Amino acid sequence: MSTPTATLTARFAVPHKGALPERATKIAVAGLSFYYGRAQALQNISLEIPERMVMAFIGPSGCGKTTFLRTLNRMNDVIPGTRVEGNVSIDGRDIYAAGADVVELRRKVGMVFQKSNPFPKSIFDNVAYGLKINRLTSSKSELEGRVEEALNDAALWSEVKDRLKSSALGLSGGQQQRLCIARALAIRPEVILMDEPASALDPIATSKIEELIVDLKEQYTIVIVTHNMQQAARVSDLTAFFLLGKLIEVNATEKVFTAPVEKLTEDYITGRFG
Amino acid sequence: MIILSYIAMRGISALSLRFLIDTPHPVGEGGGIGNAIVGSALLLLLSCVVGLPLGISTGVFLSEFGGGHFASVVRFLVDTLTGIPSIVTGVFVYAIVVLRMSHFSAFAGGIALALIMIPIVARTTEEMIKLVPHSLREGALALGAPQWRVTMGVVIPAAASGIATGAMLAIARVSGETAPLLFTSFGSRFFPRNLNEPIASLTVQIYNYAISPYDEWHAQAWAATLVLMTLILSINLVVRFLTRKKF
Repeated sequence: MSTPTATLTARFAVPHKGALPERATKIAVAGLSFYYGRAQALQNISLEIPERMVMAFIGPSGCGKTTFLRTLNRMNDVIPGTRVEGNVSIDGRDIYAAGADVVELRRKVGMVFQKSNPFPKSIFDNVAYGLKINRLTSSKSELEGRVEEALNDAALWSEVKDRLKSSALGLSGGQQQRLCIARALAIRPEVILMDEPASALDPIATSKIEELIVDLKEQYTIVIVTHNMQQAARVSDLTAFFLLGKLIEVNATEKVFTAPVEKLTEDYITGRFG
Repeated sequence: MIILSYIAMRGISALSLRFLIDTPHPVGEGGGIGNAIVGSALLLLLSCVVGLPLGISTGVFLSEFGGGHFASVVRFLVDTLTGIPSIVTGVFVYAIVVLRMSHFSAFAGGIALALIMIPIVARTTEEMIKLVPHSLREGALALGAPQWRVTMGVVIPAAASGIATGAMLAIARVSGETAPLLFTSFGSRFFPRNLNEPIASLTVQIYNYAISPYDEWHAQAWAATLVLMTLILSINLVVRFLTRKKF
């Protein structure tokens, strides 16, 4: 058998990204455990996510990557019977501290879901929703400007600019997902969490979303959960591998895919299980 | 369909413009149901004013905050209320409102109808809101919306046409009620002047005419039935039109 490195580079076209720039830590997780009732879904996870980079979470179904993602903006709070132990801080502030403002947190940490979930409103109102409820704009023209900007950033403006008043549900699947990204971008978050944003999309729509992610990391810290290892290899700077609720390995994407430290990681990315 | 066409057949002969606008006259002198149409409309309006907000808010409460002990008590009460025969509701309102005020009134009738509407509206609202996908709520929450804004701004609009259908069902149901009106709004032979006095209604009028021994009144009862059916049908159509899916 050839060396694992050779096999892996042949399998994955990992773009050579060179040395990663030094960046300040945006999200720091220490000793995080998570329970659904009695079932423990995450075990003692510690991880640091630097700002303005893309970190991908990979791992087989049920390994806890989505659960972990959702602890970062406290979306799991809405599920009854869940419990968190450990510490998650964003910009040095503990988001689970007593008295921490969840609404403020979610404004800062936007989220894009696996299944696109546009509101049954017009395209314009979908993007404007977050701006309106958070009162981020003071005039109608400013609101319109922000909506246009968000749609532009999500690479959707040219496709919808003539039908902003029509229903968001009339868009194609890929457009709906980009609309949800625009909706998240409109309130100018600092972090964007993406839960398998392209899992239900065709290859063309997927590549649009991936290009978008690469563009967005200029301004945002992005965490993306994906099933698709090739996708992680294409878009991310850092990759974390999860298995059965444990964080097995986290490193520069190029490293993880070409020279993984852990045997389990190597077995997973070479397709021995999962 | 058979019922509809039979009613149309029997009712059409006594129908005329005069019949629709005149007040009842003694046997042999014609007369109409104008006051009953106005009375029924007012009673429905009263019951909607009281019943819809209460019913819808109960339904929203049950679906959005329905996890607790209090909510399951409320749900049980609502279910029980659905099963109460309408005549019992009538007697109840008679005891609580009519005896207190010591006279029949449109208000009492409206309250009786509202009591019948509330559980229907509450349960359909609850079911319709439960049908709103969880992902929509999460989408709104993830944008920093507090729970109440999610409910008001996303969930209720998404369920609006379903809630309206539930309200329609309730309106259709109570507009055919006779029993609770017999001892609350009672009936009247004149156009209503204020809501604090007995008021005529189509159903009570139909009942009175149908049990009378006169062929002329029987024919008028059929015609009034036809009018009632047409009114219910047109309310249905109007609300359908107003709440048609825009998005």
